[in-house]
Amino acid sequence: MRNAETHAVGAVRPAPVMQWASRNGQLIALVGALVLLMIYNVIFTRNFVSIQTLNVNLTQVANIVIISVGMTFVIATGGIDISVGSLMAIAGALAPTFFLTPPGGNHTLGLVLAFTLPVLLAGFFGVINGTLVTRFNIQPIIATLVFLIGGRGIAQVITNGTVINISDPQFQFIGLGKPFGIPFQVIIMLVVVVIAAWVLRSTVFGRYVLAVGGNEKAARLAGVPVARVKVLVYTISGLLAGIAGLIVIAINSSADASLAGQGIELDCIAAVAVGGTNMAGGSATISGTLVGALFIQLIRYTLLANGVPDAWSQIIKGIIIVAAVYLQLVRRPSRS
Amino acid sequence: MTSVTTRGASGVAARAASLLQRQGALIALVLLIILGAVRYDGFLGAYNISTFLRYNSMFGLIALGMTFVIITGGIDLSVGSVVAFGSVIAALLSPQGPVIATLGAVLAAMIIGLINGLIITRLNIVPFITTLAMLLTARGLALVFSGNQTVSVDYKSGFVALGQGDLFGIPIPAIILGLAYIVGVIVLNYTPFGRYTLAIGGGEDAARLMGLPVDRVKLICYVMSGALSGLAGVILASQFGAGQPTEGVGWELTAIAAVVVGGTLLTGGLGSVGSTLVGAMLLGLIFNILNFENGLAGVSLNAYWQSVIRGGFLLVVVLLQNRLARAPSP
Repeated sequence: MRNAETHAVGAVRPAPVMQWASRNGQLIALVGALVLLMIYNVIFTRNFVSIQTLNVNLTQVANIVIISVGMTFVIATGGIDISVGSLMAIAGALAPTFFLTPPGGNHTLGLVLAFTLPVLLAGFFGVINGTLVTRFNIQPIIATLVFLIGGRGIAQVITNGTVINISDPQFQFIGLGKPFGIPFQVIIMLVVVVIAAWVLRSTVFGRYVLAVGGNEKAARLAGVPVARVKVLVYTISGLLAGIAGLIVIAINSSADASLAGQGIELDCIAAVAVGGTNMAGGSATISGTLVGALFIQLIRYTLLANGVPDAWSQIIKGIIIVAAVYLQLVRRPSRS
Repeated sequence: MTSVTTRGASGVAARAASLLQRQGALIALVLLIILGAVRYDGFLGAYNISTFLRYNSMFGLIALGMTFVIITGGIDLSVGSVVAFGSVIAALLSPQGPVIATLGAVLAAMIIGLINGLIITRLNIVPFITTLAMLLTARGLALVFSGNQTVSVDYKSGFVALGQGDLFGIPIPAIILGLAYIVGVIVLNYTPFGRYTLAIGGGEDAARLMGLPVDRVKLICYVMSGALSGLAGVILASQFGAGQPTEGVGWELTAIAAVVVGGTLLTGGLGSVGSTLVGAMLLGLIFNILNFENGLAGVSLNAYWQSVIRGGFLLVVVLLQNRLARAPSP
């Protein structure tokens, strides 16, 4: 949209690089901070420069990034989805039933079902979230609070409250496999990020998402199918949470409905906020969310690797969130 | 024009709908209590009532602060962490006696609320993000102060009486809760501050143009929410004999649910303190009833259904409120 305006005005256009830089100021600052943090680690943290460290950090952050991508879409429409952790738990609780006792003893069929049905179920709950928000006019935080509370219970009912141990190399490839030495969930993460960035930037749906978050009434008047767009973003959020739910049980070799995804919505909202997406909706950046999640992860790793207790990393995470959103606010008025 | 009879009937229906909207939670609470009293032995026994009030007084307190914050159109996600933080401070100060421990914990929690309020009003960061950050920070502080473990309270100083003792046969946490709500009702309904709070939630710009001290009122609401969470932390530490840095996770959601179930609008501008108390007790009572139900032979309702039922109940309430709110007013 901003591009279209510049064209229409026909004023002297600054060099593309400058244009890009001014539009992505926060992202550049964030990448800069990330690089500084890495340099610090290279100098001061022992064994930082190793494939293992890279893999540890990337596997830890992959799930957060995958869910944060969905969260970015939801927040871009001016909503919020706090049910993601519970939807994760539901998908993770349901999946083992399919390959532990495959229908008709057909293991391949069991695997196919294990990879699809739980994700679709989580997506379906996303549809319900979206319907509550659009059809029943319930505020997003309350609508998704219903599933945050109820969804955890559903997951626990599915597993009967027990931890289900799994050992199935084919299923667990999604969390433990390493094609070309790259953890498989990192590949999933990158694919999700690339597709989402493309969708947000270059598709009609992406434009609609931003239009709805920017000014819902105007979008409605302009003919944007507001309700459908909103239902779709919650569905995407649910589907991605479902995928993350499968990954987490594969990594842990067990499905724990009480713990899986507990509190992950906070990490994801933090990643989106630090990444520079406007928390009131209307503008969003998938790459920012990725870098935001990486930044928070690296802060945590740096503190842990240097013997700082996890408690302090929580405090620092809180301060970073406020600082990032504040910088975003300070920058915005000066631009318009 | 409609005939007199249908007008009368629709008037009754509208009045019933309005009553249901305003007092729906209260009606449900009364019905559940009657159900419990008829169905289970010992439901109205002193032990059950005392245990119920002791535990749920903490949720009542944080929901009270949350009501004020939500009426201004804000939200406070940090309350659960502040409860944990308050319980740690109270436990650390417990050798100094109940007064010092309570004052210290409440004061420390007030400072957290003050920081929330300052960030929201001065830096203009939305309450959701500010208090989310504080959720993490206060949890971190609780862990730092406690050295990552539960802190035993001093049993000789009389501190534990706050959570475990009785006064005139009534559990002390219940008395604290009752007093807090009486003050809350008076403040919201009979003071300028209360009217300002409602006015700000109804329309912040209009309130500002009218010359109301918008920022100060909001600030005080977050300080109150912090203080009440700190008080809940004191009760937590004293009731269970330890400051618990990892307790209170997700309590903010229970508090928000209590406020919503009570009928306070999340968009601000409308709300009642009394109905929040009803909402908080109602949510607690669902658990209580389920526990009794499990005790009955024959019905084996899995404990994990509790969250499902609670979520479903919240859903029904918000759907009902939405329908009633859209019904034409008489």
